[in-house]
Amino acid sequence: MNETTVTPPIPIGLSVRHARLAWHEQVLFDGLDLELKAGQWTCLLGPSGVGKSMLLRLILGLDGSQENSETINCSDGLQLNGRVAFMAQQDFLFPWLNVLDNVLLGSRIRNAVGNRDKAMQLLAATGLADVSEAMPDTLSGGMRQRAALARTLMEDRPVVLMDEPFSALDVISRIKLQELAAELLNCRTVLLVTHDPLEALRLGHSIHVMTGRPATLGAAIVPDKLPPRPVDDSGVLEHQGELLRQLAEAAP
Amino acid sequence: MKLLRPAIILIGLLAIWQVVVSLSGAPPYILPGPWAVAQAWSQRPELFLHHGTITMAEILLGLIFGLGLGVTSALIMAYFRPARQWLMPVLVVSQAVPVFALAPVLVLWVGYGMASKVVMATLIIYFPVTAAFHDGLRRTEPGWLELARTMNGSRWAILRHVRIPAALPALGSGLRVATAVAPIGAIVGEWVGSSSGLGYLMLHANARMQIDVMFAALATLSLLAVTLYFSVDSAVRHAIKWQPDSHSNEP
Repeated sequence: MNETTVTPPIPIGLSVRHARLAWHEQVLFDGLDLELKAGQWTCLLGPSGVGKSMLLRLILGLDGSQENSETINCSDGLQLNGRVAFMAQQDFLFPWLNVLDNVLLGSRIRNAVGNRDKAMQLLAATGLADVSEAMPDTLSGGMRQRAALARTLMEDRPVVLMDEPFSALDVISRIKLQELAAELLNCRTVLLVTHDPLEALRLGHSIHVMTGRPATLGAAIVPDKLPPRPVDDSGVLEHQGELLRQLAEAAP
Repeated sequence: MKLLRPAIILIGLLAIWQVVVSLSGAPPYILPGPWAVAQAWSQRPELFLHHGTITMAEILLGLIFGLGLGVTSALIMAYFRPARQWLMPVLVVSQAVPVFALAPVLVLWVGYGMASKVVMATLIIYFPVTAAFHDGLRRTEPGWLELARTMNGSRWAILRHVRIPAALPALGSGLRVATAVAPIGAIVGEWVGSSSGLGYLMLHANARMQIDVMFAALATLSLLAVTLYFSVDSAVRHAIKWQPDSHSNEP
């Protein structure tokens, strides 16, 4: 088996219907609906602990329960399983593999032959071509997260779920990496969980605010221009004030 | 400095030994000085080399078997969850019964020769290796496991590519402890019944009041044990170079 897909996969939409999740006898959300449009970025904002990450893990099938198997539907009617990639706040690079082998991790874990050329292309695109043989602990936080992005892209899945992937970085690295991710994940269906309104407004085709317990989703905010929007875009700045106000009101 | 420090420690210990001998006025048949022991060694080096080789072979074979058995048990317990409930009691029992108490039985069963000592060393090594590796296999970073699951890895693939490599530092710690205790198994076995090995030589010399020979055998054993420990330690460090603290240059 050789993994040689080069063209981006056909985008699929995703709808979550009546999702329910309880955690330590607390109902985090019940009857939650979320629509991820095909080939678009959907951003999920909300105070910490509201259940954003849990919703993302539920879609990934990592919540350990089967009760939500009926709630997630793909626009093409097929199963989501095997068509979703995940990028977390921590890079989770394996310290015993060099950068290139970390990027090729997916094929290693599926016992497939990795496409090294494609991995090198992705490392070049993320600016890591020179350190492809380096071990992760010799890299800076920003470089490590870029390697994690390259690893996510290497999976070449139509749906990408990201849980605050840039939040541990300094402002400049974060902005650069946001642009890179927007460029490289173009035409994928992306769900980005973040607590940074600016990040959501720069990257999201639509933005939801998740608040309350059990949590509910606010109506989608859809900024005019297409992402990635510049940090000083007037629309971004205008919505940022609005979002910050909403988040402040929701905070306990 | 790297070689100088152990040399200084060694010379310091020898000096203290000599001072104790001189100040206490202990007769040579109770506590011979370092010089007398060195002389005893140099008079018959082939004697100590011969018995040392046998003891070392017992320890090394014990390490190989103990490591193999321990790694296998830990993997079985990690992969087949029900196996854990069956193997754990065996593991605990293997430690609850002291090796010293088993030694006469093992000599009776396995014989007077090398085999009983190898079994003894294996038994003593088995537990630290199994316990450490099993702990390491159970404590894999959850983020790594979840990542591997989203990549559609099978349980076996996740064990092989994530849990085993992640548990190697723990296995390394277990192996270090095992190496430090391994000589106990071999020596106890030799004391209980044997016709060769450093433990036998010590008993034999003791019975004939050749205390300097006894101490020379003890010194040979210490040298072997220390050499073995540092060899294993450096091999472990080399094998898990990626582990941050194994190549830190902190003083």
